[in-house]
Amino acid sequence: MTQAFWHKIMDIDRRWIYLVIGIVTFVPMLRYIGMPVQITSEVKSVYDRIESLQPGTIVMVPMEFDPATAAELQPMSRAILRHCFSRNLKVLSTAFMIDGVVLIENDLKVIAAEYGKVYGKDYVYLGYKPYMEVVLLNMGENFRKPFPKDYYGNKLDDLPMMKGVNNYSNLACIVNVNGTSGADFWINYANGRYGAPLALGVTAVMATDYYAFLQSKQIFGLIGGLKGAAEYEKLIGRNKDIANRSMDAVSVAHVFIILFIIIGNIAFFATGREKRI
Amino acid sequence: MKREVPLAIVFICGTFMAFQYFVPHYISAAIYQNALNWTIIVGIFTLVVGIGSLVDLHYDRIRFRKDSWKYSIVTLVSLVLMTVIGLSSPNAIQNPRGLFMMIYFYVLSPVIATMFALLAFFIASAAFRAFRARNVLASLLLLSAMIVMLGRIPIGDMLTGWLPEGLRFSDIARYILDYPNTAAKRAIYIGVGLGVAATSLKIILGIERTWLGGGQ
Repeated sequence: MTQAFWHKIMDIDRRWIYLVIGIVTFVPMLRYIGMPVQITSEVKSVYDRIESLQPGTIVMVPMEFDPATAAELQPMSRAILRHCFSRNLKVLSTAFMIDGVVLIENDLKVIAAEYGKVYGKDYVYLGYKPYMEVVLLNMGENFRKPFPKDYYGNKLDDLPMMKGVNNYSNLACIVNVNGTSGADFWINYANGRYGAPLALGVTAVMATDYYAFLQSKQIFGLIGGLKGAAEYEKLIGRNKDIANRSMDAVSVAHVFIILFIIIGNIAFFATGREKRI
Repeated sequence: MKREVPLAIVFICGTFMAFQYFVPHYISAAIYQNALNWTIIVGIFTLVVGIGSLVDLHYDRIRFRKDSWKYSIVTLVSLVLMTVIGLSSPNAIQNPRGLFMMIYFYVLSPVIATMFALLAFFIASAAFRAFRARNVLASLLLLSAMIVMLGRIPIGDMLTGWLPEGLRFSDIARYILDYPNTAAKRAIYIGVGLGVAATSLKIILGIERTWLGGGQ
């Protein structure tokens, strides 16, 4: 092919790229192919830990995401909540991202209702408090310090589930679903300072940051992005849920981005490595 | 005195918080607990400073017709509107059919999600235009990024499923994440940790004083 052609490719209007990405994301949403999702060990270990817990023990599922990262993290948190409730575990939850407080409350209510769980007895939502790092340290001493009342204004002592539950040492484990750098605080304070067993569910771009903590066993599991959520859904036997259904679109979009990179590089070399962006 | 008092407070609080970690005595624990409560209370006041600063900045933009001043009007109107609607209904956040929550679900939520979703398009365009194998290091980055991308999606395993275990995209991606990535991240974390410790020490001892402000 001539250099002129590759020059044309290099100068292609970016709106064509936007259009292609739009189409390759949208079309697989219409027709579910069901690409096979392989289970990774880091996701399996979160599942195994929850599976090994005795009914009635308390799992803390703090959720820090807002509508921006909800596409990745909401399927994940829903799968974890479903797993906990189906195993008759009690769930304690917080939301340290102000834009997501209502989103998370809504999810908790809906999924708890699916399993016939009762608020205060089977799950408790503490809601939001500013200055997350200080709140995490405070919760390590006593949940009642930063949260004398829950999200709905009930005193923690009035909630049956919270009787005798003082701090992280009363929890079986923490599975933090986090779309912010706040995940670091959970590692530093909840795990580092207070020794709480911790797993993380984070966005795909964040996941690479936490493999070091997985290796050092500061976290016992890691669920990364929508793929991690799809794995978790598969583990709990919900293969048709949103994360699995989105895997087709994610796969095709990734392939097209890789194709764009390859075409861009061919054009770059064919046009004599001109320094252009 | 204007400088000495804040320096003394930082020295006393910093030194105490560093040492109390190693002192399990109940007095130390009680002071620590109180310090945590104080931090939240003091922190709340920064909200006032933050709102004041936001209003100041956008008021100035509108007043002097600076770049994009019209967006500043939207910011200030939204700030006032949401505050008034929120305060006018005592349980605004717990009423899904109330105006406050309607604005959250049908305006704010889609706006935030849309802004973030646009990233996919920008990343695709940027990948096409900027991700070039200009030299050996850039080529290594390019190659590992492509392998990790393919290894993290189902199609990666479909493409290399016929290969023996250990050679599939997901296995190579896992190796990249577990070893080169973890080694680099760990080095960065240790560096950052040492930097934070050194800077904290300088602040506690009053060597680093830029946080006092004043420009000098």
